[in-house]
Amino acid sequence: MLPQAREGAAMNQHVKLNRRAFVIGTATAGAGLAIGLDLPFGGPTVVRAADGSPEVNAWVVIRPDDTVVIRIARSEMGQGSLTGLAQLVAEELECDWSKVTTEYPTPGQSVARKRAWGDFSTGGSRGIRSSQDYVRKGGATARVMLIQAAANEWKVPASECTASNSVITHTPSGKTTTYGKVVEAAAKLEPPADVKLKDPKDWKIAGKGVKRLDTVDKTTGAMTYGIDVKLPGMLNAAIKDCPVFGGKLKSFDEAKIANMKGVKKVVKVGDSAVAVVADTWWHAKTALEAMPIVWDEGDNAKVSSESIAKWLTEGLDNAQPAYVGNKNGDALAAIAGAAKKVEAVYSYPYQNHATMEPMNATVLYTPDKCEVWCGTQNGEAAFAAALEASGLPAEKVDVHKLMLGGGFGRRGMTDYVRQAVAIAKQMPGTPIKLLWSREEDMAHGKYHPITQCKLTGAFDADNNLVALHYRLSGQSILFSVRPEALQNGMDPAAFQGVAQTGEAALGYSVPNLLVEHSMRNPHVPPGFWRGVNVNHNAIYMECFMDELAKAAGQDPLAFRRKLMAKNPKHLAVLNAVAEKIGWDKPAPQGVYRGIAQVMGYGSYVAGAAEVSVTDGSKIKVLRIVASTDPGYVVNPAQVERQIAGSFVYGLSALFYGGCTVKDGRIEQTNFDTYNSMRINEMPKVESVMVPSGGFWGGVGEPTIGVAAPAVLNAYFAATGKRVRSFPLRDQNISFA
Amino acid sequence: MANLTINGKTINVDVEDDTPLLWAIRENVGLTGTKYGCGIAQCGACTVHIDGVAMRSCGVTVSEAAGKQITTIEGLGANGALHKVQQAWIANDVPQCGYCQSGMIMAVAALLKEKPKPTDDDINEAITNICRCGTFQQVREAIHAAASA
Repeated sequence: MLPQAREGAAMNQHVKLNRRAFVIGTATAGAGLAIGLDLPFGGPTVVRAADGSPEVNAWVVIRPDDTVVIRIARSEMGQGSLTGLAQLVAEELECDWSKVTTEYPTPGQSVARKRAWGDFSTGGSRGIRSSQDYVRKGGATARVMLIQAAANEWKVPASECTASNSVITHTPSGKTTTYGKVVEAAAKLEPPADVKLKDPKDWKIAGKGVKRLDTVDKTTGAMTYGIDVKLPGMLNAAIKDCPVFGGKLKSFDEAKIANMKGVKKVVKVGDSAVAVVADTWWHAKTALEAMPIVWDEGDNAKVSSESIAKWLTEGLDNAQPAYVGNKNGDALAAIAGAAKKVEAVYSYPYQNHATMEPMNATVLYTPDKCEVWCGTQNGEAAFAAALEASGLPAEKVDVHKLMLGGGFGRRGMTDYVRQAVAIAKQMPGTPIKLLWSREEDMAHGKYHPITQCKLTGAFDADNNLVALHYRLSGQSILFSVRPEALQNGMDPAAFQGVAQTGEAALGYSVPNLLVEHSMRNPHVPPGFWRGVNVNHNAIYMECFMDELAKAAGQDPLAFRRKLMAKNPKHLAVLNAVAEKIGWDKPAPQGVYRGIAQVMGYGSYVAGAAEVSVTDGSKIKVLRIVASTDPGYVVNPAQVERQIAGSFVYGLSALFYGGCTVKDGRIEQTNFDTYNSMRINEMPKVESVMVPSGGFWGGVGEPTIGVAAPAVLNAYFAATGKRVRSFPLRDQNISFA
Repeated sequence: MANLTINGKTINVDVEDDTPLLWAIRENVGLTGTKYGCGIAQCGACTVHIDGVAMRSCGVTVSEAAGKQITTIEGLGANGALHKVQQAWIANDVPQCGYCQSGMIMAVAALLKEKPKPTDDDINEAITNICRCGTFQQVREAIHAAASA
């Protein structure tokens, strides 16, 4: 069923989710989280860490044995920001890197200290780039105070002292002391009003591929993820939410499972879910599966992938309303009068994040306190969710962040936290660990949004591209999860990678350009999935660029270069991969190349692939070259891993992914129907980092945009076949 | 009820015979290094050794595992030292989120016992664990490093 109501160019099937997201925003403001960034450095009152060691400021605690504890507000989910942020603080602090350890402040502590650690949100590849300035200042300020404390003790001017490797030296006399010896005095000093940050060219710890700080426990089984939390007297919960999004829980027959082993309680969770609480999770899950449940599925049960596709296709019609995201000249008129035009329609499906660790949260609720233990990409959002679900005031709520078994955007959402609190609230005093089965995780994702795109290019008589019309139809993430960020109804993020300016600007100059979005929001809840809108926009644009090059009878690289003269940074990464893969020399017999570029998250990226194809449908990816200009590289070893990992995530989605809708619910249930690449399918990724400085871009996500088009363009070169609908398994195309 | 021999210790666990070994290890024995990823023996996050063979513990019942030598990630090292695969993992900075890595390491340790110097093809055939972070490049490098250690 597809409602006809419309608001501007937006058409929606799920106003309910919109409202829920709004409530979270309100709770956040109510908790005092929405105030501006405040950096309460030191001051006369010494603040102490749990072990009694003094804080020099909110970011730096130094123990008497010279151990440096660096506070990290952003979450570590594998992307390496924990190590990178520590490197930036340590660089300015001039401390001994071998004595650095890290800890997470809790969101509750942050609220109590007027948001001392700023934003906790770890998404949008922002972990480092949006906090680098103030964490470096935290390190630099602490260094100045430590030096001053030593100078005071020696009764010499601080200007005669230097610090390196946690040792302070009075240069004229050669006297030395260490940070651990002066930290008590330093913590009592007034922080300097201003500090000068180092020029990145002078970095010694930052900018280097130092080893991650969290590796050892990940190799011994000792690392505690959310799923591993153990609390005295803890019970375990398994949950089923109505498989049709927007449906309700009608009834359940708990008498049928009351005598099953280990079952303690059956609880309703909100108006759409039911959970079984048992001694072990295995007992809870087994009982839940045995319990008869009746759902009120509602009208959304009539929605299918076919009905969604039909609705989105209607949005490709120029007569339908659309938001304009990028425009110059008059593309429609230029296309109408062109010597030659090329048109193609692409589509990209829903995708599940499929983090290796399914969603989970552990909660201990009493009428006086609500504590949450979970992996989250946004401690403050989890805190706000717990606040709202518990009904307790901010000072009685806290969230303890644990290592994430993958995030990719999924754990920026707080649905699982809210559910866990709702269950625990019905069993006060008993710690409850809620764990989703993989099947529940597949059924209740926050999916990569679904879109279609019609692209039309027009040439003059000399095969110059004179017009490009890029018409998207489909889902807006912000409409669902952050409606306050819409601009007069338009989702500005929908144009990531094809925008006019900003951190995801289009790299091509076309005299007549029209980029627009007919917003259509099906009932399937969307979320920020690694790369977000850069993903499909880069696939559509970069595949179509190859189609245009072919129509113009030009080489795909040469064709792009002609359009990129005004965007030298976009061009530089493209040139870097072209050079590395040897684009100007013929590929070996039977090997074909593809190339792609995009800007996203403030960084410029390009990728090139070499493939061979057998039987027209079996692709062997032989080689991948990728280039990134993120401005500054804080840890090249970790950036390299993010680049390679982006290819695995993007190509998994391209070949194996795709979530389909039948009877209003997602059809894929586990890794047997939503597969992921294995080691045998993945070649080595050769990274070329070309940081040009002067800006800070993210690295966790942008590269995923070029992963699929580089391979698809190579497949096109090999076979002449253009695939415009994904995943490839639906086209009977697979890895060789 | 079953007697499980895990990391050299025999433990009596009070569970139904058809309980997956994974959940007995995690919930009844309390060793949480072995991870749940899919429950259908697809992803390999729950890989342990049973009589020296890498097995996906979500697909093995406690009654099938009873009486056999079960090794989990916590028991992979010997005499207080980490296993050479764990050491190679640390030296090569392999894990990203790390959640799949216990299973990955167990699968690799079993491979190296069978093939001390595996080729890339051997690795491609034997290592079928899912890693959503995509740290395959480092996994491959670390396997070769462990093989030459």
